[in-house]
Amino acid sequence: MIEAGALSASVDGAVLIGVVLVEAIILYGVYGVVEDVLGQRVVNRLRNT
Amino acid sequence: MELLGLSMAMIGLFVGFGLLIGVLFGFFGMGGSFLVTPALLVMGYPTRVAVGSGLAFVFGTSVIATLKHRDLGQVDYKLGLLMIVGTTAGIEVGKETVVHLESLGLAGSIISVTYVFLLGGIGAFVTYEAVKGDGGDGIDHDAAEEPADADDIPDIAKKIQSYNVPPMIDLRGGVTVSLWMILGVAFATGLLSGFLGVGGGFIRMPALFYLIGVPVPIAVGTDLFEIVFSGGLGSFLYALDGGVDLSIVVPLLAGSAFGARIGSAATSIVDEGEIKVYFGLMLLGGALAVAVREIGNVYEIPILNRVSLALILGSALLVSGAVVYSSITALREEHRASSPTAE
Repeated sequence: MIEAGALSASVDGAVLIGVVLVEAIILYGVYGVVEDVLGQRVVNRLRNT
Repeated sequence: MELLGLSMAMIGLFVGFGLLIGVLFGFFGMGGSFLVTPALLVMGYPTRVAVGSGLAFVFGTSVIATLKHRDLGQVDYKLGLLMIVGTTAGIEVGKETVVHLESLGLAGSIISVTYVFLLGGIGAFVTYEAVKGDGGDGIDHDAAEEPADADDIPDIAKKIQSYNVPPMIDLRGGVTVSLWMILGVAFATGLLSGFLGVGGGFIRMPALFYLIGVPVPIAVGTDLFEIVFSGGLGSFLYALDGGVDLSIVVPLLAGSAFGARIGSAATSIVDEGEIKVYFGLMLLGGALAVAVREIGNVYEIPILNRVSLALILGSALLVSGAVVYSSITALREEHRASSPTAE
């Protein structure tokens, strides 16, 4: 039988890792948009300086 | 002003540190826990929190870097899954070996000496090979599906690929190798990873290239894919005991997500030979840092712990700076070569 305490710790652990995963995916998306909008401009600037 | 219980200065420090690590992680597919955990320990965090938060950070960064490498077509999922199977078995055996050595009271010293020699040995080998130019240049980073030139495959990998033990597995980059060889290499790298208590990117990435013959960009992408699973499992286990501190992980990840984009993109710009030189130099810096720390522990000289951290951070800063500098230089050379005035 699974103890309630152990289950709670597992849920808490999973939530923590889930938060990290969600943050990673959001950051990937947000920085992806930033890269799409500004990336080529930055690359061109670096090429020409 | 405070956020997540941290001052803005500390958040800025973590974001900046994350940016540095992200560049290295995206570029080499390694360097997360190797850099974060010692830094958190020196900052006074308990070991459990330093290791657990380091692993959670590695998990998040590897998710981001893998997604980026996937976009660049540099992840071999079949190879990654096979590596996970072999590595997991190896880690278990490695951990059991550590338990046995602990019962004999020999674990600490043997692990430290092995770590220094392995890190230093791989670093010296990779640097030597890159400087010598063997198996270095010529693989097109954008042509992951095309067969690699025979001259680009290291001799050891050619030998391993020549063992025709069915079933034979076709990998990206035109590599065909026996399933048993892949599992054997994965087991050996997992064994070392479990024995040394590290993520193992610095062992796995060179092993994929030098032993299996996978082109470096695919070796980096596939290694990151595997770290998603090992980092996720490791951080979950630490989170069960309250070892993951989100006030550390969230700002670190915010910086590293940006750095990982720069690092991953740089693998498609910078020459492969240069990648290996940087990788080798960073490993040599890491080996020196661990050796200095161990000397400090043995002779009870606390200042050497800080010297060790400075060596790790210094080599990370130097190498990530070199990656960015090389990328900019390559872009400018490409521009000069393609501009009409160059003709």
